[in-house]
Amino acid sequence: MTLLLVAPLVLIVGYIFYQALPILSLDFIFTNPKDGMRSGGIWSPLLGTCYLVLLSLAISTPIGVLAAVFLNEYAKDNWFTRMVNLAVVNLAGVPSIVHALFGLGAFVLFAGLGKSILAASLTLAIMTLPVIIASTKQALAAVPMAFREACWNVGATRWQTIRHVVLPNSINGILTGLILEVAHAAGETAPIMFTGAVFYKAIQEGDLFAYGPFDQCMALSMHLFTISTQVPGVPHALPFGTAIVLLGTVLMVNALSIIVRTRLRARKKW
Amino acid sequence: MHKQRRRWEVIAEAAMEVLIRLCGVSAILFILSIFFFVFREGAGFLFGGFDPREFFGSIEWYPTSKTNVRYGALALIAGTASVSLLAMSIAVPFGIGAAIFISEFCGGRLREILKIIIELLAAIPSVVWGFIGLTVMNPIIMRLFDAPIGLNVLNGGIIVALMSSPIIVSISEDALKAVPDTYREAALALGATKWQLIYRVLLPAAKNGLLAAGLLGVGRAVGETMAVLMATGHSINIPHSVMDSVRTLTATIAAELGEAPVHSEHYQVLFIIGILLFSITFVINLTADLVVRGIRGR
Repeated sequence: MTLLLVAPLVLIVGYIFYQALPILSLDFIFTNPKDGMRSGGIWSPLLGTCYLVLLSLAISTPIGVLAAVFLNEYAKDNWFTRMVNLAVVNLAGVPSIVHALFGLGAFVLFAGLGKSILAASLTLAIMTLPVIIASTKQALAAVPMAFREACWNVGATRWQTIRHVVLPNSINGILTGLILEVAHAAGETAPIMFTGAVFYKAIQEGDLFAYGPFDQCMALSMHLFTISTQVPGVPHALPFGTAIVLLGTVLMVNALSIIVRTRLRARKKW
Repeated sequence: MHKQRRRWEVIAEAAMEVLIRLCGVSAILFILSIFFFVFREGAGFLFGGFDPREFFGSIEWYPTSKTNVRYGALALIAGTASVSLLAMSIAVPFGIGAAIFISEFCGGRLREILKIIIELLAAIPSVVWGFIGLTVMNPIIMRLFDAPIGLNVLNGGIIVALMSSPIIVSISEDALKAVPDTYREAALALGATKWQLIYRVLLPAAKNGLLAAGLLGVGRAVGETMAVLMATGHSINIPHSVMDSVRTLTATIAAELGEAPVHSEHYQVLFIIGILLFSITFVINLTADLVVRGIRGR
């Protein structure tokens, strides 16, 4: 039975890679889509995805980490903490399309950001928040209580203990969680469809700062959706090439986080 | 000088604590504001002109018709239900089977590797799954069943099953791991075979965790958007077999929101579908959480 779950992964990646082979080259990555997205590369959507992921992470990381610090270091075991935990669990279970509706109602229309990278990033940030909270909480909980007690005993305050003992000892675990979130955010499509991502936008090739925060952008995930369902007459290899870049990035980032985690676990002293 | 610095530090620390507490309650704030804003966009029509009897009882979904506008979502609900049902009837047995295999039959290295692979399976983006449904499953189903089109309940169900099985595996495995080893030893000492041990001891003991795993799987399946949008074939009707094309609630929002003029009736109905989806998944997650808490409480 397990084999039936494992086999698809290998088959899927292999098949997509095989179909994408004829188109994969550096040119594919560094040129904009051309001819109504029927040729050219993926530069514009790739850069758009980078912007969305980095900006959303910049928003959700401080909130998520501090929320986890609250839950693990400050919160007492009472009904209020249970409510917060319940909210985190439920936030994680909200369907991505509902996040899209929320982003459209709250950020695009109510806050007046319009369809923009900023609005889409905010939507993505709220979506990734519960996972960051959960992984950070786990990392914080792995720091032995004795470390904190030793620190309190020499007269340190609660925040000093967190700042100088708890966070440095859990930073690796927190970072692995964040890396995982990069992969998660990069693959999302529904939340950005109506909040900032557009079907087509050409940008200066090779210019890393081609998008501004209030611009709309293309995104890799949405580009894959567009060229595989909305545009007729796209050459066979083009969507496969886009898919393998997206899938390859996501899987490699995940693998990286798993390797880091395994290394750290092996090196752990307590 | 020294005294002043102390005071500054005390203020900074107090500020930090306030900030931490604020972030701590942010999850509650966000979940409330999601409900508020989705509700707000749909409220105008919900309280003025919305007909729940038509919405839940009619299969006529003609949101853009000029003369005969109808918002009957029954076929969409049936679409979501059929895809989720098929996905769960595949993913639950396989997921729990895989969890039993991982936690009871393999040790050390093999277990670690399998868990990593399942984690990677969970990382594949939804739009890539949809793409697989479109380009891989579609021709396979057309050839195997000699069907005119392979984008249907079967395709979507299999894809969603693969997508939701990682969470089912990992929660089930946690549940099995939570069964104390003394149970296993006692059963083996009484002469139970491995199969009897699993069937008579482990599954009953882990029943709540397995139930929660199934529920979370259902939550995933109901909320899944891009994959079902691409793999189920966009035909609004009540399916009579797994070879029929359907459209789900989520796919309808994704497909139509871009074209519905802001604040039009059509737009507001799509937000009402959003409220429905939010409520369904909220109840499912709440139940799953209560079930899991039940295990920890004991």
